[in-house]
Amino acid sequence: MSSSEGDQNVGTRWPEVGLAAFLMVLAVLVISDSIRVGTGWADDGPRSGYFPFYVGSLLLLSSGWIFLTRLMRWSRDRAVFAERSQLALVLAVLVPMCVYVGLIYPLGIYLPSALLIAYFMKRYGGYRWPAFMSVSVAVPLVFFAVFERWFLVPLPKGPIERLLGL
Amino acid sequence: MEELGNLWHGFAVAATLPNLGFMLIGITLGVLIGVLPGLGGANGVAILLPLTFSMNPTSAIIMLSCIYWGALFGGAITSILFNIPGEPWSVATTFDGFPMAQQGKAAQALTAAFTSSFVGALFAVLLITFLAPLLAKFALKFGPAEYFAVQLLTFCSFVGMSKEPPAKTIASMMLGFALAAVGLDNVTGQLRMTYGVPELLKGFDFLIAVIGLFGIGEILLTMEEGLAFKGRSARISPAVVWQTWKEIARHWRTFLRSVAVGCWMGITPGGATPASFMSYGMARRFSKDPQAFGKGEIQGVIAPETAAHAAGTSALLPMLTLGIPGSPTAAVLLGGLLIWGLQPGPMLFVEQKDFVWGLIASMYLGNLVGLIVVLTTVPFWAAILRVPFSVIAPVIIVVCAIGAYTVHSAMFDVAMMLVFGVLGYLFKKLKYPLAPMVLALVLGDMAEASFRQAMLGSQGSLSVFWSNPLVGTITALALTLLVWPLWGGAQNLVRAREARHSGAAG
Repeated sequence: MSSSEGDQNVGTRWPEVGLAAFLMVLAVLVISDSIRVGTGWADDGPRSGYFPFYVGSLLLLSSGWIFLTRLMRWSRDRAVFAERSQLALVLAVLVPMCVYVGLIYPLGIYLPSALLIAYFMKRYGGYRWPAFMSVSVAVPLVFFAVFERWFLVPLPKGPIERLLGL
Repeated sequence: MEELGNLWHGFAVAATLPNLGFMLIGITLGVLIGVLPGLGGANGVAILLPLTFSMNPTSAIIMLSCIYWGALFGGAITSILFNIPGEPWSVATTFDGFPMAQQGKAAQALTAAFTSSFVGALFAVLLITFLAPLLAKFALKFGPAEYFAVQLLTFCSFVGMSKEPPAKTIASMMLGFALAAVGLDNVTGQLRMTYGVPELLKGFDFLIAVIGLFGIGEILLTMEEGLAFKGRSARISPAVVWQTWKEIARHWRTFLRSVAVGCWMGITPGGATPASFMSYGMARRFSKDPQAFGKGEIQGVIAPETAAHAAGTSALLPMLTLGIPGSPTAAVLLGGLLIWGLQPGPMLFVEQKDFVWGLIASMYLGNLVGLIVVLTTVPFWAAILRVPFSVIAPVIIVVCAIGAYTVHSAMFDVAMMLVFGVLGYLFKKLKYPLAPMVLALVLGDMAEASFRQAMLGSQGSLSVFWSNPLVGTITALALTLLVWPLWGGAQNLVRAREARHSGAAG
C-alpha cells in the first residue's frame, strides 16, 4: 500500500483491489481442488467437488467483479481507507498481538499474557511499575483459577509452569 | 392451548434454583460483554461455549442465551452514557440517547432503553411460544429439497436486503461456504482443499472465525478511533423509573411498530442492526415532530432498542424450528446445540420437549431478571467503562486467545484467530458484511448435505426445486429476494433518466 494521494490518508483502492485479488486467489484454490476430487457424478451420487465447485465459481465471479469495477474507477476513486496515524495505531496493536501468539507456542499462555498486559499498560497507559506489575500478574492468575481449577479446562503451559510443577 | 401446558412445564424446568443462578451469571457476564468493546454477543458466547461442555444442555443453553440477553441490554449503557455503541445494533440508540444524557436525563434514557428492550423481547418470546410449535409441525413435512430452498431463501435475503453492494455480500457468503467445505467430506470421505496441511483436516471452526472476526477485528477498529472514553455517570432511582414508565407508555404506537419491524427482521435474517435503524427511521417519519429527533427525543431511544431486542430474540425462532439461525449469535447458539448432540429443527420439538420449553420459559425469566439487574447496577457498569483502554484491550486479547484455544485445544486455532481478525478488520473497513460469512460457515455442511440429497433424489436435475407447490413457492420467493436490488437499481436508472429528460426540456 505504498501509493497514497494525500500525505495523511491512505485511499481505499489499494486495499479494495488487494482484498478482491486475495479472494480471487482463494476462489482459484477452491475450484482447482474441486476439479481434482471431481465435480461430476459417481455411482453413489454427486462427488465431493460438486458443491464447492459452484461455491468457488461464485466467489471468483463476485470478487472478480469487485476487482474489475475498482480498476475501472481507479483514477476517480478518492475514498479514504484510514488516516496514516490511525493505521499506525492499528499496527501498534496488531504487531504485539502477533508476537503474543508467537510466544504462546514455546512459553504457554500465562507468561506471554502477563507480558502483553504489562507492555500495553506501560506503553499506552503510562503506568508505573507497581500498577502494571500487579495487574499483569493478577489477571493470568485469575484465568488460571477460573479455567484450570474451576472449569477444569487445561490451557497451554510452558517451561515455567513445569518448573512450578503445575 | 397445548402450548400453555408445555410452557408451564418449561417454567418448572427453568425456574429451579441452579438454573436461576446460571441465569444471573449469564446476564451479568452478558452485560459485561455488551459494555466492553471488542466483546459482543456472538464472540462472547463463542468464548464461553467451551466452559459449558460439562454442564447439562438445558442449564448450558439457559446460561448462554442469558449472556445474549445481557449483551443486548449492555449495548445500550455505553451508547447512552459514552456515545460509544458497545454493539452494532445500539448505534441508532446513540442518536438520541447520548443527547439525553448530555441534558442530564441519562437515567430517563437508560430506563426507557432497558424497558423498551424488555418489551421488544417479551413480544418476540410470545411470538416464539405460539408460532414455533406450528412452524415446527409444518417443517416436519420438509424434505431435503425444501430444506435447501429455505436455506437458499436465507442467503438470498441477505443479498437482497443488505445495504452493502451485492457483489460483496455474495463474496463474503461464498468465502464462508468455501471455508466450511475445507477438510473431510462426510459423504465420500475424501479430503478437500487441505493442500497437505494436517491442521486443515478438521476444517475451519466457525467459533474461531467468530472470535477473530468480531473480537480481534473490533479491537483493531476501536484502536483506530483512539483510546479515550469520556462519559457521563448515572444512577437510576425508583422514582425516575416510575416517571419514565408513565411517559413511555404514551408511545405505545412506537412500541408496536418497532416490535413488528424487529420480529420481521429477526425471523428473516436481517438481524438486529438493520432492524434498529429501520425502526428509528420509521419512528421519525411517523412522529409529529421529526425535528426533535437527534436532539434527545425519548422515542428515538424506544424505537431502536425495542426493535433490536425483538429482532435479537426472534432470531431464535428459525434457529429452533428449522435449524437456520437468524443472526450470528443465534448461529453460535446453534453450534452449541450441535456440540451437545441436539439437532435443531422440527424434531427437537418432538424429542426434546423439556429442553425446548425450558429454553422458551427461560427467555421470559431471563429477560425479567435482566431488566432488574441492569436497572439496579448501572453505576457499576459505568465505572467499568472508566477503566482505561490500555488495560482493557490486552485483557480482551488474552480472553479471545484463551477462547480460541479452548475450542479444540489447538494452537493453530489461535493463529487462525489472528488471520480472521485482520480479515474482519478489512471486511468492516471495506464494507463487506460479516454476518453472511458466519452463517455460511455454520450452515455450509448442512446446506451442502441437503443440496446433495435433493440432487440425488432428482438424479441431478434442478427441477426438484419446483417439483411441488411448497418448494416451488420458497424457491420463487428466494429468487425474488435475490433480484430485488436489480429492481431498485432499475427504478433509480429510470428515475435518473426522467430527471435528465425533464431537466433538458426545462
